[in-house]
Amino acid sequence: MSGNINIHPEKVRGKSLSEEIRNLCGVDINTCLQCRTCASVCPFYEAMENAPHTLFRKIQYGLREEVLTSSAIWICVGCNTCASQCPAMIDIVAAMDALRHLALEEDIRIPEEDILNFHREVLNSIERYGRTHKLEIMLRYKIKSRHLFSDLDTGVVMLARRKLDLRPSRVHSAKEIKRLFKKAWQKT
Amino acid sequence: MTGKPSSDMIDFSYYPGCSMATTAKECSLSLIQACKYLGLNLIELDDWNCCGSSSAHCIDMQLSFELAVRNLTLAPPHRPLVVMCPSCFRNLRQTKHHLAHSKKLQELVARRHLNPVADNLEIIHFLSVVGKMDLKKLKAKATRSLKGIKIAPYYGCMLAGPPPFKPEPGDSVCIERMLEAFGAQVVLWSNIRWCCGTFLTASKPEVARDAVNTIMESAVASGADCIVTACAMCQINLEMRCTQEKKIPILHFSEILAIAMGADENEWNTWFRYHLVDPRPIFSKLGG
Repeated sequence: MSGNINIHPEKVRGKSLSEEIRNLCGVDINTCLQCRTCASVCPFYEAMENAPHTLFRKIQYGLREEVLTSSAIWICVGCNTCASQCPAMIDIVAAMDALRHLALEEDIRIPEEDILNFHREVLNSIERYGRTHKLEIMLRYKIKSRHLFSDLDTGVVMLARRKLDLRPSRVHSAKEIKRLFKKAWQKT
Repeated sequence: MTGKPSSDMIDFSYYPGCSMATTAKECSLSLIQACKYLGLNLIELDDWNCCGSSSAHCIDMQLSFELAVRNLTLAPPHRPLVVMCPSCFRNLRQTKHHLAHSKKLQELVARRHLNPVADNLEIIHFLSVVGKMDLKKLKAKATRSLKGIKIAPYYGCMLAGPPPFKPEPGDSVCIERMLEAFGAQVVLWSNIRWCCGTFLTASKPEVARDAVNTIMESAVASGADCIVTACAMCQINLEMRCTQEKKIPILHFSEILAIAMGADENEWNTWFRYHLVDPRPIFSKLGG
């Protein structure tokens, strides 16, 4: 992490995908050595159709669409196992954030719709209450993704153990939170 | 309560985060109790909001910054800010780091917020607060030995990194040293920082299940009676997603701390009832 995030991301356009990543988060993917350390330590490698180092090679080649439509960028949870061992000290998690940002901006097909829907429901909940209301997030997510009856047993146990509250915990300054979500304000 | 509340108290600002209030009530309750014994006065940030969790940094980098910054502006400069959830800890610490390295971001925060983010604001995870205490004094304060209990310490992934943050010297064995001081037997095992799958538990449960089973399998193979973790997300994922036939209870670090420092059986049962894997059989042999 370079401390170099761009929080006015409309200015990211660059000559290549790797330049855009650099503009967004200050990470230079061109320093990737292809040593495969990231792939060998990633806990979710098997669930990705592209290993992290493969993705970086494709970035170096400028295979923009292949990279931005890859499931790997959505499956990565940002656990930092790879980044903490990368010999080139690439902040892989920051680069993944930047890649998701670019994918959403392009309005292309997102291969892991469920993951995106879940993230959106979490942010909707924060916008409504200032905090996450987990029961509502799960219900709305399940309706949206049409998985209403999957995982029902887990949900019932969680409710019975009072792990899921029926009512949300709220921030008092609701207006202040709503303002944080306004794109126009974010650009001031 | 068999333990003694400490007579001198040290003030800390405290950011609980959403999990402490909901899916990890047992963590919050035991934390409050442990802090009484340790002499730590946690002063909750007034009207804190969600730090953005993984979802904000995954799909909206700017919002992630905005949400974390609002919390940082609520923290007074003269006392450290203690965070209990490793994911919140990472978000807040990372945002503070971005701010420290960008004049542009500092000006932006000054323009928009009533209070600035204090330059010298220290953001610290609860585990490090305890880790920095004198082990001998801590041992002297303990009222109950954990002798006979075999524990697999589990840090989870969020406390480490991202680069350039490195764990402080000693942090990587902080839980082990403490458990040994309390008389527990610490087992050596492999997956102490293996990621539990975090939010994939909602949208790709089978992927989280595989990660969780990997962790549980090696903890069980090590002969441990229970796992002790510093992360509330790991705790719930391990309880919820494990499909292994043999599973052992997963305790929050704060629970084991409160038990060693003097909570009695009635008290620990008030938190243990929130667990999906019952830890009571292991601890009832310690006696109230």
